[in-house]
Amino acid sequence: MTAPLPAFLDRDGALSRLREMMLIRRFEERSAEAYSAGKIRGFLHLYIGEEACSVGAMRALRPEDAIVSHYREHGHALSRGIAARAIMAEMFAKVEGCSHGRGGSMHLFDASRRFYGGNAIVGGTLPLAVGLALADRMQKRRAVTACFLGDGAAAEGEFHESLNLAALWDLPVLFLCENNLYAMGTALLRHQAQPDLSLKATTYGLIARAVDGMDVIAVEEAAREAATAVREGLGPRFLELRTYRFRAHSMYDPELYRDKKEVEEWKKRDPIALFSARLREAGLLQPRDLEGLEREIEAEVADAVAFADAGTLEPVEDLERDVTTPKEGR
Amino acid sequence: MRTTYREAVRLALREALQRDPRVFLMGEDVGLYGGCYACSKGLLAEFGPARVRDTPLSESAFVGAGIGAALGGMRPIVEVMTVNFSLLALDQIVNTAAAVRHMSGGQVSVPLVIRMATGAGRQVAAQHSHSLENWFAHIPGIRVLAPATVADARGMLWTALEDPDPVVIFEHAMLYAAEDDLPEGAGAVEIDHAAVRRPGKDVSLITYGGSLRKALDAATQLAALGVEAEVVDLRTLRPLDDETVLGSVTRTRRAVIVDEGWKSGSLSAEISARICEKIFYELDAPVQRVCTAEVPIPYPKHLEEAALPQTARIVETVRTLLGSAHG
Repeated sequence: MTAPLPAFLDRDGALSRLREMMLIRRFEERSAEAYSAGKIRGFLHLYIGEEACSVGAMRALRPEDAIVSHYREHGHALSRGIAARAIMAEMFAKVEGCSHGRGGSMHLFDASRRFYGGNAIVGGTLPLAVGLALADRMQKRRAVTACFLGDGAAAEGEFHESLNLAALWDLPVLFLCENNLYAMGTALLRHQAQPDLSLKATTYGLIARAVDGMDVIAVEEAAREAATAVREGLGPRFLELRTYRFRAHSMYDPELYRDKKEVEEWKKRDPIALFSARLREAGLLQPRDLEGLEREIEAEVADAVAFADAGTLEPVEDLERDVTTPKEGR
Repeated sequence: MRTTYREAVRLALREALQRDPRVFLMGEDVGLYGGCYACSKGLLAEFGPARVRDTPLSESAFVGAGIGAALGGMRPIVEVMTVNFSLLALDQIVNTAAAVRHMSGGQVSVPLVIRMATGAGRQVAAQHSHSLENWFAHIPGIRVLAPATVADARGMLWTALEDPDPVVIFEHAMLYAAEDDLPEGAGAVEIDHAAVRRPGKDVSLITYGGSLRKALDAATQLAALGVEAEVVDLRTLRPLDDETVLGSVTRTRRAVIVDEGWKSGSLSAEISARICEKIFYELDAPVQRVCTAEVPIPYPKHLEEAALPQTARIVETVRTLLGSAHG
């Protein structure tokens, strides 16, 4: 027996959430294939298993809000509306990519959507989010800055410094901690003396709570409530989204640090399967809907791969462009 | 008007806050305390706590918040007490502020100014005295300034704020009490070029920041010995103004670089390399360097003085150089 669906969720809304989670997953599966084929290089951190966090949380945000993310951010970028084409092209190192091919998988940017990365220093994103929120506050914009972080970041000094500063200055930051239980290969219990991360956050004087990160609706409802409070000027909030990554930390990872049985247990709580089951139970999802979605998504992802493949490499003469802002653009 | 370097910095901060509502100042004790070097005295009362922000002792968070605020449309001035403390924020400066424009494909700029004190001379020992300007000057994506004069302390800040990219300003702690004439209405100065502070034809003394005064004193003493030393103040440590430096050395055919950093891997090494790469055949003698002894700065006065570049050592180095050049 599953929880009833909330009243705000009509059939279209339900299917669009499901579609987005399925898109993220299919997009990443194809990314992994492209990686194996040598089309994508560097690091590739897959989000598979955590899709409900991105899809749920992003529904609480508006176009004027800012987003700062970490290096496992393909899902966040897709949820924010960055085209699958632009993300795939970025990972293929093509100029058609959302960061002009300069950043790759870990550095997806889209300033027009206030999507400020794609940052690969764990914990380094939190101060950035505090500053973006400070700028909004000082310019009297009613915007929220959403900062995605992982459980690993909770061990960084910047976590403590930033939660303190955000709370001290009452800044409109929504911290979204995707606790997937592993800081790369180090389990939460092996890196945190206090593994209750939302409890830890409350000690800085902000309201925090933990949510089932495998339940897209639970994430969305919690994020809406928190984002509304933040937007109304009630200070920063912290949500711990309890989730799990099904794949390796990065592409080649023998996963010596966790038991296969643990992974299999968590896969029973696959956010896409859980949500699909709920929709079927509520009569909102028919087999033909699912087939239709799968067909659409397959086409969208195939198009993204073809687009990325056909993209252009940046001319070497442009290597030093944009280290600093060009004079004429000032 | 006689003005101290400290007052010049304060005037520059005040002007910046007056001129642009996007400008705000934040850092440790910049508000109620008035700044640990008193550079922001009175600014909290004049501009209020929203624009003059005391921060917790969280260098990484408030420097990073400066980057975020710059991305969000503000023009923050972040004060870090000393370069030694800035190491706690190096991640933000190097990994984010300097990198984000290039790695985002030119989508965003970070118009952030970071000010910090640098240098030795006050017997505050090995964790408050270092000169690490060259670490910052090593990094593509940021501009590094070292105002050595009262006029530059007054004028560089506004120009730095107009730069769309991160600028780090190093104020040598021994300069705050220095006095000079500051013309009425002195304002912004350009930040692209080195300056010849004293012309000469026999040797170029190339220096910056807290060592400029020592180099000028050395030039005065050398003049009494019949040696005309030209003194070049680098002013901007990144990007280096090769034209002025190489032009001077081409004229004098001899170079002595005075750098309060340690010799190994220093700015003096970089300048020496550029001279050798580009105008080796113009030289009459090997490039010489007067740097800090390779020790953490010690507390005792006599040892600290012995560690740092001093006027006497500059004079001696030039005399030896000229002696060897003239056989």
